[in-house]
Amino acid sequence: MRLSSKQATLLVLAVLILVSPAFFPSNYYYRVGAMVFVNAIAVVGIAILTGYAGQISLGHAGFVGIGGYACALMPLHFGVPPLLAVVLGATLSGVIAWLVGRPILRLKGYYLAVASLGFGVLVAMVLANEGQVTGGPDGIKVPDPGARAWLTGLGLELSNAQFWYVFTGLFLLAGAWLALNLNDSATGRALRALHGSEVAARTVGVDVARAKLMAFVISAVYASVAGSLLALQNRLITPDVAGYMHSIELVTMAVLGGAGSVLGAILGAALLTLLPQVLTVLQDYEHVVLGLVMMAVMIFLPAGLLPSAQRFMRGRGE
Amino acid sequence: MSDLVPFSDLLQFLVSGVTVGAVYALVALGFTIIYNASDVVNFAQGEFVMLGGMISVAAVSAGLPLPLAALIAIVITAAIGVALNTLAIEPARGAPVVSLIIITIGASIFIRGVTQIVFGKGTHRLPPFSGDAPLHLFGAAILPQSLWVVAGAVAIFVGLWLFFTRTLTGRAVLATSNNRLAAQLVGINTGFVMTLSFALSAGIGALAGVLITPITPTSFEVGITLALKGFAAAMLGGMGNPKGALAGGLLLGLLEALTAGYLSSHYKDAVAFFVILVVLFAFPRGLYGSNPTERV
Repeated sequence: MRLSSKQATLLVLAVLILVSPAFFPSNYYYRVGAMVFVNAIAVVGIAILTGYAGQISLGHAGFVGIGGYACALMPLHFGVPPLLAVVLGATLSGVIAWLVGRPILRLKGYYLAVASLGFGVLVAMVLANEGQVTGGPDGIKVPDPGARAWLTGLGLELSNAQFWYVFTGLFLLAGAWLALNLNDSATGRALRALHGSEVAARTVGVDVARAKLMAFVISAVYASVAGSLLALQNRLITPDVAGYMHSIELVTMAVLGGAGSVLGAILGAALLTLLPQVLTVLQDYEHVVLGLVMMAVMIFLPAGLLPSAQRFMRGRGE
Repeated sequence: MSDLVPFSDLLQFLVSGVTVGAVYALVALGFTIIYNASDVVNFAQGEFVMLGGMISVAAVSAGLPLPLAALIAIVITAAIGVALNTLAIEPARGAPVVSLIIITIGASIFIRGVTQIVFGKGTHRLPPFSGDAPLHLFGAAILPQSLWVVAGAVAIFVGLWLFFTRTLTGRAVLATSNNRLAAQLVGINTGFVMTLSFALSAGIGALAGVLITPITPTSFEVGITLALKGFAAAMLGGMGNPKGALAGGLLLGLLEALTAGYLSSHYKDAVAFFVILVVLFAFPRGLYGSNPTERV
């Protein structure tokens, strides 16, 4: 049996998630792994928006913030169970993305970049300033969803870090599967067509505005779910997750690994999440290295690491 | 608190709005110059302002007189601007917008990181150029430094206007921004125009940094906010239009000051982004922006 490239991608991802723990020197690395998965979920969303549809957003951390705060505020103010809050937060993000996306997706290039950036900054500001509701700049506690206790009750004993590693890993697999399916669907073709040329896509009957809006809403839902998982895992959420720098990091992760491919986006998320872990030794140089990496990759490997590597391998095989 | 807002309060807000607005206008002008020469929106623009402030502070505390310190700061920053063009922008010529955004954001993070290593994380301030005894006008206090800021901005705008309209080099820059290929065909060295534009833009940013540092303390982190505000101002006026940069900067400064004064100082920084969103919804190409048709 030959695997399709979609099945191969998912298989590679599943094997990586399963096998990596064998190389973990300590329990702490489960936590790092879960952080990689959470970022990767948001970045797969960016891959759909930027890689498939060619639209840029410098404000997606705003949706990460909405998803994260949904898990803190809905249980606190309305007594919603935390896991239901993940779904409600994602729905809310989708609705907000739909409302915001309609006007701003008419914009192109730098204008779209700055409008989305403005949206993200406004979300972060509201989260920081409305202290009575959101807990203010220091953040707010997030309740325990109770899923680990439930598993323990079933006789499956996992440490907290292990539980979140598995839980976020499953979400990432599901997210990657959906993104790959989307790529093969009619909507995926429409997105790639408008990426190539909006005018050409319109000529062959693609509803460009609708397709862009769909990519924006879907990527917002990914970001929101990532934010929710981040909040539930850390049991704390702060307004920084919605900030400008986080939006930049997400886009950089996607573009670094190769925004056009789901696996590339995940690779980018893994590299940029691990970078600060490696650099704690030279903490002062973190920004210098990050800036250099961003510039160097864009100049020398504009397609991103994974597509460039694949092209290199293919070139050698011939 | 009375319902009637005293005139002096309003005047005070207007004064601080114009002061900050002049700085935003200079940052927006820096964006505009580079955008016109290269079609790149330089997200590292705020770092030029930060460098101007930080380097002049370091030079003054090393015992140099202020004018010399300012000159050194401007020259070094201009050189950094040229290096940015040569090392990061030129090699990526023709790259998609997303790549260029990442490159200039990468440059801004890099510059910030280096500044933090060289000058530390502290907050610094320059002494005012001519004392800090405020002038009083209809009950509003005006810092002498505010006058310096506004005068500096006016001088730059007039100087640049003369440069672009009256000198051959300036016209070469304009020609290049209109049509690079046509400019090359008539013998303009467009590579030099790019270098010059980055030097000018960085130098103007640094000057803005020198002028404002006696009023607003500087640190390695101030660049991001300034870049975003200057970007907002440039967008507000219409990207690529120097007059738009001036109008956008002043308008943004005034709106911010009035918001802080009458509504909420917490949301002062939100004004820029709120304005951006509203303007872009209503006029997708900015107030003074042209509306070119897309070539297929």
